[in-house]
Amino acid sequence: MAVTHDDVLHVASLARLAVNPSRLDDIVRELNGILAHMEVLAEVETGDGSEDTSYTGLPATSTPLREDSSGPIPMARPIESFAPSTRHGFILVPRLASHADEISE
Amino acid sequence: MSATDFPALTAGMISAQIREGTTSPRDVVRASFARSRGVNSAADGLNAILWTDEKAALEEAETLSTQLSGASQGGVLAGVPIAVKDNICTLGLPTTCASKILAGYVSPFEATAITRLREEGAIIVAKTNMDEFAMGSSTENSAYGPVRNPVDMRRVPGGSSGGSAAAVAAGIVPIALGSETGGSVRQPASFCGIVGAKPTYGRVSRYGLVAFASSLDQISPFARNVDDAALALEVMAGADPFDSTSADQPVPSYREQFVSRATIPSVLDGVTIGIPKEYFPDMLDSGIRRLCDRSIEYLRAMGATVKEVSLPHTSLAIPVYYIIAPAEASSNLARFDGVRYGPREKTDDGLRGMYEATRSAGFGPEVTRRILLGTYVLSAGYYDAYYRKAQAVRGLITRDFTNVFADGIDALFTPTTPTTAFPIGSISDPYEMYLSDIFTATSNLAGVPALSMPIGRSGGLPVGGQIIAKHFDEPMMFRVAYALEQALGAEAHT
Repeated sequence: MAVTHDDVLHVASLARLAVNPSRLDDIVRELNGILAHMEVLAEVETGDGSEDTSYTGLPATSTPLREDSSGPIPMARPIESFAPSTRHGFILVPRLASHADEISE
Repeated sequence: MSATDFPALTAGMISAQIREGTTSPRDVVRASFARSRGVNSAADGLNAILWTDEKAALEEAETLSTQLSGASQGGVLAGVPIAVKDNICTLGLPTTCASKILAGYVSPFEATAITRLREEGAIIVAKTNMDEFAMGSSTENSAYGPVRNPVDMRRVPGGSSGGSAAAVAAGIVPIALGSETGGSVRQPASFCGIVGAKPTYGRVSRYGLVAFASSLDQISPFARNVDDAALALEVMAGADPFDSTSADQPVPSYREQFVSRATIPSVLDGVTIGIPKEYFPDMLDSGIRRLCDRSIEYLRAMGATVKEVSLPHTSLAIPVYYIIAPAEASSNLARFDGVRYGPREKTDDGLRGMYEATRSAGFGPEVTRRILLGTYVLSAGYYDAYYRKAQAVRGLITRDFTNVFADGIDALFTPTTPTTAFPIGSISDPYEMYLSDIFTATSNLAGVPALSMPIGRSGGLPVGGQIIAKHFDEPMMFRVAYALEQALGAEAHT
């Protein structure tokens, strides 16, 4: 399952990352190098893969669903102190894509 | 206490001296900062410390002094200066994960582990350098430059919690916090000749730990001896309503047994130690093997029964880890998009353009590589072959551990790492770097507690021995480690 240039551009788009074209060959080579070491897993007999995957050794019931009762987490400083852009207590973002953007894509 | 004595003092000694009134929190904090100034230069020193606020730390020390002169007896960490990895949220100092994407970010809330340490009198004096978002095994992947190993400044301290390890090893602080995902505390502990203790998954709240791989991450302490590591973990452990994966299990005393058993010659009578053969391959460094053999002899001499055992899926841990951890990271790091925190790149390309510009400018090469890898193994057409398969094999790795513990093994002993600390810049192949975690990632995948402690030096460099116990059996892990530390004495550092 070799990773192609198109695969990298596709997953970069999914991950909201812009890939510098000058780095594309290196990234393809690096990902293929890493994934080659993963091929060994295909040879391992694992049944249907539906086994319990609890990593604490505790029964699954040890982390039951709980009432969402703790309320909002108190913050020591307002969002204006850490968000890049705010107005009236809300975070500002650039405009969302419009229908025109969709068509132009 | 003089400033020259300070680097050798343990947390236990410092808090005892403060409670007895023979030293003051202010003198301790000043000594910690003086030591840092002496060894931490980014240009030619350790580069272990990223953020400090000496004035605030001294004010905290004064407040503590006032409390101690009143009715307060002081907590078990009264006046103990602690350094914290830069991916654990603190109120007074920045939390940047050593990444440009969080430059200048100061958290509006504090990690539960930090709150618990401060409630016992600890004073947070520094945030430490690390591999960006905890992705790395050498602390060379920081936006703020590599950390150097105090034992040999040309070498890496290990990673990703290399700044915390170097700060403890160099005597800046007696205790520091790191975070474990695949060995990021035990491996640097091994490389720097100190103790690092990863608890059972769920033992310490992850609230306020910036998420890398949520099914693996655990806040973990570094210290210069087993007693301090146990003390720090005991304070931090326990359920937390802010982390639904924190376990509602009682926290026993880890240290009571040290006092009661220290003088008993057959301190490990009735304990069975397993030696997993997969951790001692033919190509294991001969110096590391020799020191492990010496430790095993000491364990036997203290009354332990030693048996060879097998964890047959060990060799699959790195392929499994480097599918699951990047997959979870690709999801967790989606939140760093320039909207809520950190710098935002200005573009004329709408919201999506801003996301891409901010993320591409903010993340370094290793983080970018892992996000791409994680997104790939989760993407349509590859999910079953990679991610689902890795989860199934993770189940087999977990079963390896539960099987040997069910067969009467109380603890496992292994080397922590296949090599000693390597020179800065010497490993460029990503997968070769990933293999540094070959003996540690198994415990994260299975969720079991594991500790690295110094067991001697090979070629002048520290070697770590690893003790692994069953889920929530930190008492056994610390019992064996403490006994071995007592037996080795000065040999642990020679």
